[in-house]
Amino acid sequence: MKLNKNLIIVALVGATLAFTGCDNNKNGDNAGALSGNMADRAYVAPGEHDEFYAFISGGFSGQLAVYGLPSGRLFKVIPVFSVDGEKAYGFNEETKPLLNTSYGFIPWGDSHHPDISQTDGKLDGRWVFINENNTPRIARISLETFETEEIIEIPNSAGNHSSSYVTDNTDYVIAGTRFGVPVPQRDMPIDEYKGNFKGALSFLKVDPEEGHMNLEFQIMMPGFDYDKAHPGRGKSDGWFFYTTYNTEESHTLLEVNASQNDKDFIAAVNWKKAEEYIKAGNFETMPTNYAHNVYDVKTHSATTTWKKEVRILDPAKCPGLVYFMPMPKSPHGCDVDPSGEYIVGSGKLSANVTVHSFTKMLDAIENEKFAGEAYGIPILNFDDVLAGTVVQPGLGPLHTEFDGKGNAYTTFFISSEVVKWKLGTWEVLDRKPTYYSVGHLMIPGGNSQEPFGKYLVAMNKITKDRYLPTGPEVTQSAQLYDISGEKMEMILDFPTVGEPHYAAGIPADLVTPNSRKIFKLEENEHPFVAKSEKEAKVVRDGNTVHIYMTTIRSHFAPDNIEGIKVGDKVYFHVTNLEQDYDVPHGISMIGANTSELLIMPGQTETFTWEPKKEGVWPFYCTDFCSALHQEMQGYVRVSAKDSDIPLKWTLDDEWYDSE
Amino acid sequence: MILAALLPLSLFLLPIWNITLEAPQYPDNIGMDIWINKITDHEPNDIQNINLMNHYVGMKNIPEHMPEFDVFPIVIIAMSVLGLIVAYFRKRKLYLAWFILFAILGAVGMYDFYLWEYDYGHNLNESAAIKFLDAEGNPLAYQPPLIGNKTILNFVAKSWPMTGAYLLFTGMFLSVAAFFLDKREEVAKS
Repeated sequence: MKLNKNLIIVALVGATLAFTGCDNNKNGDNAGALSGNMADRAYVAPGEHDEFYAFISGGFSGQLAVYGLPSGRLFKVIPVFSVDGEKAYGFNEETKPLLNTSYGFIPWGDSHHPDISQTDGKLDGRWVFINENNTPRIARISLETFETEEIIEIPNSAGNHSSSYVTDNTDYVIAGTRFGVPVPQRDMPIDEYKGNFKGALSFLKVDPEEGHMNLEFQIMMPGFDYDKAHPGRGKSDGWFFYTTYNTEESHTLLEVNASQNDKDFIAAVNWKKAEEYIKAGNFETMPTNYAHNVYDVKTHSATTTWKKEVRILDPAKCPGLVYFMPMPKSPHGCDVDPSGEYIVGSGKLSANVTVHSFTKMLDAIENEKFAGEAYGIPILNFDDVLAGTVVQPGLGPLHTEFDGKGNAYTTFFISSEVVKWKLGTWEVLDRKPTYYSVGHLMIPGGNSQEPFGKYLVAMNKITKDRYLPTGPEVTQSAQLYDISGEKMEMILDFPTVGEPHYAAGIPADLVTPNSRKIFKLEENEHPFVAKSEKEAKVVRDGNTVHIYMTTIRSHFAPDNIEGIKVGDKVYFHVTNLEQDYDVPHGISMIGANTSELLIMPGQTETFTWEPKKEGVWPFYCTDFCSALHQEMQGYVRVSAKDSDIPLKWTLDDEWYDSE
Repeated sequence: MILAALLPLSLFLLPIWNITLEAPQYPDNIGMDIWINKITDHEPNDIQNINLMNHYVGMKNIPEHMPEFDVFPIVIIAMSVLGLIVAYFRKRKLYLAWFILFAILGAVGMYDFYLWEYDYGHNLNESAAIKFLDAEGNPLAYQPPLIGNKTILNFVAKSWPMTGAYLLFTGMFLSVAAFFLDKREEVAKS
């Protein structure tokens, strides 16, 4: 969501003048947040727990941050698409495969839209899915471990932005294509974009037990930009809706060239129909290559499987699969209300918010009231599907969430505000400023059939003067509104990690009972585990040395090792023998070209060290584990390449060797 | 009296005693349950965590086996059998004798428990990493209370009977009750 910032700033100045005039309480609100009553509502006393979890995307950090609401306290940054030296994510041997792609190992990603798994249209608190925009991927994070368990690459796609939303029963999580591309990729003139580039919409089936994702099929759409998406809910379950822009199919200076059409489309995809076509064999199998990376909580290790083909549905050859509903001016947000009836499109260059009706859409389809077609896909009449319009609520509408009480809340990027309006009557009920340039917003459960309409989090793109300055790069932020009353009240302002695109919130009590405290040592199936100090050892295999090491308060076993040589490749397989909550151990080695390890109780992790110099080199525990943490250290003696120093090590103060 | 004789057998199914350690950084507490033939975690891994903590001050690990674990079950079975025999003969004085014998054995058991606790809290490893002194300048002892609560450094140690013990006490009480009840019956007969 990097719009041209100069444009934004100019618009901002104009828009804040124009629109904050509507709300003379701006300063009053500001003071109000500091006053006792409002501060109390965001205050969670020391030792008390928050009512909700908020999973806020890290945007260009590639990660997912976990906050508490209403306090805004940051609990954890879950590494997903970017390496993280703190947690050895992408550095240790166990997690490296998670970042494999058909382009090789990629250390960074752009994470966008977290969505929590659902059962019967309600949050079930099992997994969070999140998409990567740059190198199209979807990740699944376990809410038992709060760790990334799976990342699947999306072939034939680019700019995976209309992703990663789940259907009512988490049957599917979806991926889309924001940047039309040649499919399959090939060397061709960019000028020949129109009609030749494609936009694949991907449907990933989710295994109901393990959550594993499988790319079931792709719908090969024309090369528009598929921007955002939302599954149908309840009555519209079985459908998926996507906003499109650049239906002009331009490929240069999109800022102008993709903003010419008065209306773009919402693509309505009948995925139950798609299943029928797949079942009937009405698809083509296309060769491709993509990575499917799965982390196993028993082996504490990830593996990559290379997938070689994908099933393609051509919408022109599959009647009833896709319809286009006209939507004004490059719509961005695409949101469906909890009843499944209203499809809210936010034409980001429009002054109105347009709402389509699912019932009217079905009726128009049934009566074949088509205005025309595009690439063999029927276009419905705008007026036939229109449910209503929220007239002039603000400038630059982006995203809408719902409170389950018949109200919708839409963010306005240009006029920097959140507007509350009523479904059905389309009247504006309230508006509150944001600071500044709000993108997404989130109400816990607000995109499901059962929202928890107590708090609203607005996620801003720009903060300017809101916090202490930190040089040219300043934090982005979220703002918390209490929406339990008639009027929204801003009660908290808190900085975020990276750029907060979207977030998913859930009542804590749907998650905490399953949250894991330790990994059971007896269930550890890591191939290089040492389950007790008796199993600790050092094994040489040519130039490769495997150290089976254990940690427990407060020593390593072994803690002295001799017989390592320059040129060896030394694997430290470190098992944390602790079985107590919140007693991780860390380890790092002087000169190792990698990160530390941070090993949870019962877990095994591996770092690799290729000693380059003779000497005696210390290693130590990096996580303050106990009163004797500073004593938790050891040495490795490195000898010359041709030395005949035998391999030996110490366990509990005594030397051992391989004999 | 039959019930009195059978209740001690519940000790094979239920723990007799519990020692729990409370400290701020152990919000869920850590504890061990003492049975007549074993010591177990109160919650999974508690004993490992008690051992890990106590090794800093040189305390031994909680034993996996003690000679008492062989003796106590035999004593309990013997007392139950004896109780049933006593019940069969319905001699009031024998009820009382059974109670007194059990009370003596119980006292011996508690004394034995005390001795172990004393050793556990006083017999410390010379090379312990942390050595505390008491007010008199002697090495600090970490002996848990025989019964009751006691503050030891940053911990509160709580030592209390568990269900098995209460059932045992009930059995012993019943034998006394039987002693008085049967007395009344005899009076009624005469």
